Amino acid sequence: MKQSYGYLAVRLCVFAIWGLLCFAPFLFQDVRALEVAARICIFIVLVASYDLLIGYTGIVSFAHTMFFGFGAYGAAILLKQMGPGWDAVALGALAGVVVSLIVATGVGLLSLRVKAIFFAMITLATASVALVLASQLSQFTGGEDGITYRAPDLFKPATKLLVDAEGKVVKIFGVSLNGKLAAYYFVFFSALALFWVMVRIVAAPLGTVLKAIRENEARAEAIGYRVVAYRTFVFCLSAAVASLAGTIYAVWLKYTGPDTALSFAIMIDILLMVVIGGMGTMWGAVVGAVLMVLAQYYLRDLMGVAADAVTGVPLLPELLNPDRWLLWLGIIFILLVYFFPRGIVGTVQTMGARQ
Amino acid sequence: METITDKLGRIGGVNLLPVAVAVAAFVLIGAPSSWATLTVAGLAMGMMVFLMASGLSLIFGLMDVLNFGHSAFVSFGAFVAASVLAALSGWLGADSVFLNALALSLAILAAMSFGLAAGWFFERVIIRPVYHDHLRQILITMGALIVSEQIILAVWGGTPITVPRPQFLEGALILGDVSIEIYRIFAVLLGLVAFAGLYVVLNRTRIGLLVRAGVENREMVEALGYRIDRLFIGVFMAGSALAAVGGAMWAGYETLITPALGGEMMIVVFIVVIIGGLGSIEGTLLGALLVGLTANYVGFLAPKLALASNMILMMIILIWRPNGLRPAVK
Repeated sequence: MKQSYGYLAVRLCVFAIWGLLCFAPFLFQDVRALEVAARICIFIVLVASYDLLIGYTGIVSFAHTMFFGFGAYGAAILLKQMGPGWDAVALGALAGVVVSLIVATGVGLLSLRVKAIFFAMITLATASVALVLASQLSQFTGGEDGITYRAPDLFKPATKLLVDAEGKVVKIFGVSLNGKLAAYYFVFFSALALFWVMVRIVAAPLGTVLKAIRENEARAEAIGYRVVAYRTFVFCLSAAVASLAGTIYAVWLKYTGPDTALSFAIMIDILLMVVIGGMGTMWGAVVGAVLMVLAQYYLRDLMGVAADAVTGVPLLPELLNPDRWLLWLGIIFILLVYFFPRGIVGTVQTMGARQ
Repeated sequence: METITDKLGRIGGVNLLPVAVAVAAFVLIGAPSSWATLTVAGLAMGMMVFLMASGLSLIFGLMDVLNFGHSAFVSFGAFVAASVLAALSGWLGADSVFLNALALSLAILAAMSFGLAAGWFFERVIIRPVYHDHLRQILITMGALIVSEQIILAVWGGTPITVPRPQFLEGALILGDVSIEIYRIFAVLLGLVAFAGLYVVLNRTRIGLLVRAGVENREMVEALGYRIDRLFIGVFMAGSALAAVGGAMWAGYETLITPALGGEMMIVVFIVVIIGGLGSIEGTLLGALLVGLTANYVGFLAPKLALASNMILMMIILIWRPNGLRPAVK
């Protein structure tokens, strides 16, 4: 099965995606495309860390955006209070991770006492409290408006990375080497590193234990693995990674608010990405994130065109309204869970592997 | 030797918790009139939440199906009732109590029938293919929730909708210096009727016996030759209809509803179900009353804490009793 064509195709596809992302600023030279590429990088990490839970260990958590938000707000609050600087970013990342670990341990230990199915409900409730708190504690979090701040000086669009003899920014293939580019590569390489770490983790013996727990909890326990400890550990791990992703996103966006970092909509995005890409495989996270983010940015435009085309027909324009795109994604999501529970990558991987 | 626990158990055990909360709040609040108002508000909220939560609890208890889309029924109930009430606003404003009541009953009936139909559809199309697979159940019902929310947005739009109340439920009763909204009394009464109805059906009829037996041990009931899946679809439809009625009542209570209503209530409903213990309506009632009372008392005593009060309550109860207060599922 390891050598099946499908497996190779998935590998090739994922490497191609990372390659495209690596040269994105040079290949797609407009602001929106760079925004999309950065968002894809962040969501790959976020989705992969969520896949550690849902795909590898079989834990359903709805609090993943909460950890993402902790990281984002940690960096945002400190960048606002301490001014732009690397110390603020590092401290913010650390604070986000620490808070995430504490909350994850607390939730993990509390919910491990109860039925596994409660876990999903409890994480949902915790996440909603976090969201409400973020909008209520407005002196720290800026409430509904969120926080705007400046990123470290290196990432300012005016920063010149390389200057030529006349003191102008050097351009390579028509792209000026300014702070924006540095910011993108900061996002890209951090995301790549985090993704790599997770790929190694699931390839390590730990990953095998997690899969064993997912497949048969009682048997894993009987062999001698402490299921509870492993579950709590992986919950904390994925929380920490999500928090770091949040910090990176906060530095890139230079704005953090409930809508960009904490809202339930992001949680739904993550769920859709995991399921579309394929649960239980890190490669699926990459495919899912790319497809969903592209759909978010470009499918809406398409729907707008379609809605204009059917004006006059009752209800149809309303259903094709770009704001209703989640409706269609939701339907696709349900169909996917029915017919392709292993997602795109899971299905493709087994192709050509028939014995 | 009899311990204090035994004594407490004999006079009601955990059932006394709402009373204990009410007494503690009475001491803390100090003013009897505000206490009475808050208590009635808490009971009313608890009863409406009970309507929404009881179905979820039974569905899980009977078939081990966790329906994350349950709150969609609540929202649909609220919006359907709001539309019917708006269409009949002429009757609502009329002086005749009969016309008022007729409009209200029609609205509730509409919500209920919608809940029944939606429940049937949901069970057949969404849930049936994924029995015994919790992960996919959660994912699919979540997907269904997203779709239903979007449908509500598409049909009713995103702007808040005002819900007219019938004339005879407007205003407040004044007893001494205590003022009690009539709508709240009505909500409590309706909730009590629903609870009594459920209780009688579950404890005094043959179908109820089968349902309770199914909650206790599904395989055994199936082995005895009963079609539990047919029973289940009935329970599912009834639960959805109750949720829709709860939503309709809630719409009248809030008088201003947005499509976010379902999502907000879902959290409360989950907390109630977890606190109460899955599969028992007594537990759900207990949980709902506790949540309703605590939310109102804490909202008065420490408004800052109000948001987290339900969470804190749930955590305390889970640490004390990990399976909820009165679980039916062992």
